[in-house]
Amino acid sequence: MKQTLTEKIISNHAGKKVKAGDIVFADVDRAFVQDGTGPLTVKVIKEMGKGLDRPERKYFFLDHASPSSKSELSDAHRVLRDFASSTGAVLSDVGKGICHQLVAEQYALPGELIVGADSHTCTAGGLGAFASGFGSTDIAFAMATGRLWLKVPQSIKVTLNGELPEGVSAKDIILTLIGRISASGATYKALEFGGEGVENLSVESRLTVCNMVIEAGAKNGVMPVDDKIADYLEKERGRKFDFERLRADEGASYESEIIIDLNELEPVAAAPHSVDNIKKLSHLEKEDIKVDQVFIGTCTGGRIEDLEAAARILEGKKINPSTRLAVCPASEQVFLKALDAGLIKIFTESGGFVVTPGCGPCVGIQGGVLGKGEVCLSTANRNFKGRMGCPESFIYLASPRAAAASSLAGKIVSP
Amino acid sequence: MKKELKGKVHKFGHNISTDLICPGKYFHLRSDIKKLAGHTLEDADPEFIKKVQPGDFVVAGENFGCGSSREHAPLIIKESGVGAVLAKSFARIFFRNAVNIGLPVMEVDTSRMDSGDELLIDAESGEVKNLSKDTSATATPLSGVMKDILEAGGLKEYVKKGFLGE
Repeated sequence: MKQTLTEKIISNHAGKKVKAGDIVFADVDRAFVQDGTGPLTVKVIKEMGKGLDRPERKYFFLDHASPSSKSELSDAHRVLRDFASSTGAVLSDVGKGICHQLVAEQYALPGELIVGADSHTCTAGGLGAFASGFGSTDIAFAMATGRLWLKVPQSIKVTLNGELPEGVSAKDIILTLIGRISASGATYKALEFGGEGVENLSVESRLTVCNMVIEAGAKNGVMPVDDKIADYLEKERGRKFDFERLRADEGASYESEIIIDLNELEPVAAAPHSVDNIKKLSHLEKEDIKVDQVFIGTCTGGRIEDLEAAARILEGKKINPSTRLAVCPASEQVFLKALDAGLIKIFTESGGFVVTPGCGPCVGIQGGVLGKGEVCLSTANRNFKGRMGCPESFIYLASPRAAAASSLAGKIVSP
Repeated sequence: MKKELKGKVHKFGHNISTDLICPGKYFHLRSDIKKLAGHTLEDADPEFIKKVQPGDFVVAGENFGCGSSREHAPLIIKESGVGAVLAKSFARIFFRNAVNIGLPVMEVDTSRMDSGDELLIDAESGEVKNLSKDTSATATPLSGVMKDILEAGGLKEYVKKGFLGE
């Protein structure tokens, strides 16, 4: 039986060969929660009367309210700190960064099965892992038993050909794809990326693409394992890792195939209030849309290559006086790299401000909450009504390059 | 879970996100489900929480519950007294979360259900009768493991009964 990459990874964790549609119990390599979903997971684990299976592979990330902006959130943080400390689980405290960035930087390995109580857990698919988001109770089960039931998803093959042109980013690939298949076009399915276009993408770009597969409803997104991933892991973690170069079998069965020619992509944005409302930036530019805030950060667009791309555009220039520019490195490690490379100086001198690594502005908690009627151009993954704290504001999603260029212009422009 | 459910429809559109159901601006209330439930579906319909009666149904179009994995979204819908959520289709994580916390969710053709209609649901057969319009529709049956979890009242209760995925 020829298998897709997702079928292969799940098979390796179910102790038998599986195919799309099978319902299996799979061994979970790593499970994690964040401060928004974690307290509920802790409550459920306690109510189930269970402890943690292999606690050193369970992670508690304090990233959504990083640092806490309200006493209720400080109390929730304490619940997680205490539980991690009493069980021997891994605690990642405020300021360390966004769970998905840290999972990719520090923990995940190709071929692993990773589950998290956060919908963007799919990010780690960029490293060739099966990674998927669940709710607090499912993660409680996974943390307590080391297993989780899964329905093996059908896969849609996404073949990327060619190379991205100048000024076009990984974000444009995934936004274009979501625009094509809609916000529910991959519900319950796996999006398996392949083709020479993947080889041409950096690992950080692959993480950005996989981060947003949930915005098309997908259970997971996955990239074939290659040497670039080995290099990335060695660079981030300071040691070598040995793993199989997993990829789908020739002749595996796919529900459908989508072909994207990277050379033909243009910079795009998702207009309010849905992620599949995709417009070419060259068209939006003509509409003269004034921007109150630009936000560069998140698990989608806050990695070092994102900050570098934005800084190259901002260097030596000043942002429009009627626009605010918030920059949030996705992790402490990204922050330190940005400091070393002089990027933080560039953002600050151009008139922007830098906030603590975490999720803050993207989820409307802190660090750049929007007001009534305000327009934000963000490098994040969601532009749902109310997402950034105010249901009467308007969020456009685009690449870090488009964000930087728009902060200079004070309106939405193509980079 | 009750076998027969009866209540009124509160109709919503497509792509009702978990941000609309459980706004992120109330993030700090997540440890207090009762307080959080006072904001159920607030950004989709600010009047919903005043109108909803115990046993009523939330009825929607495609892709209900898309977005974040926050289990608080189905939890506060349940806490607000809603008897079941019916939609043409659901986002994956929301659907699984709802079953795990014991909130009945039914994938069914909702196009001929409007706000104020009275429905009678047979939870076992999945038949949904619209008493106001004298029409009926049948929901897609749940997969085996999900049916078992929902019948137990949720995943936590199922585990307490000895289910460990062996």
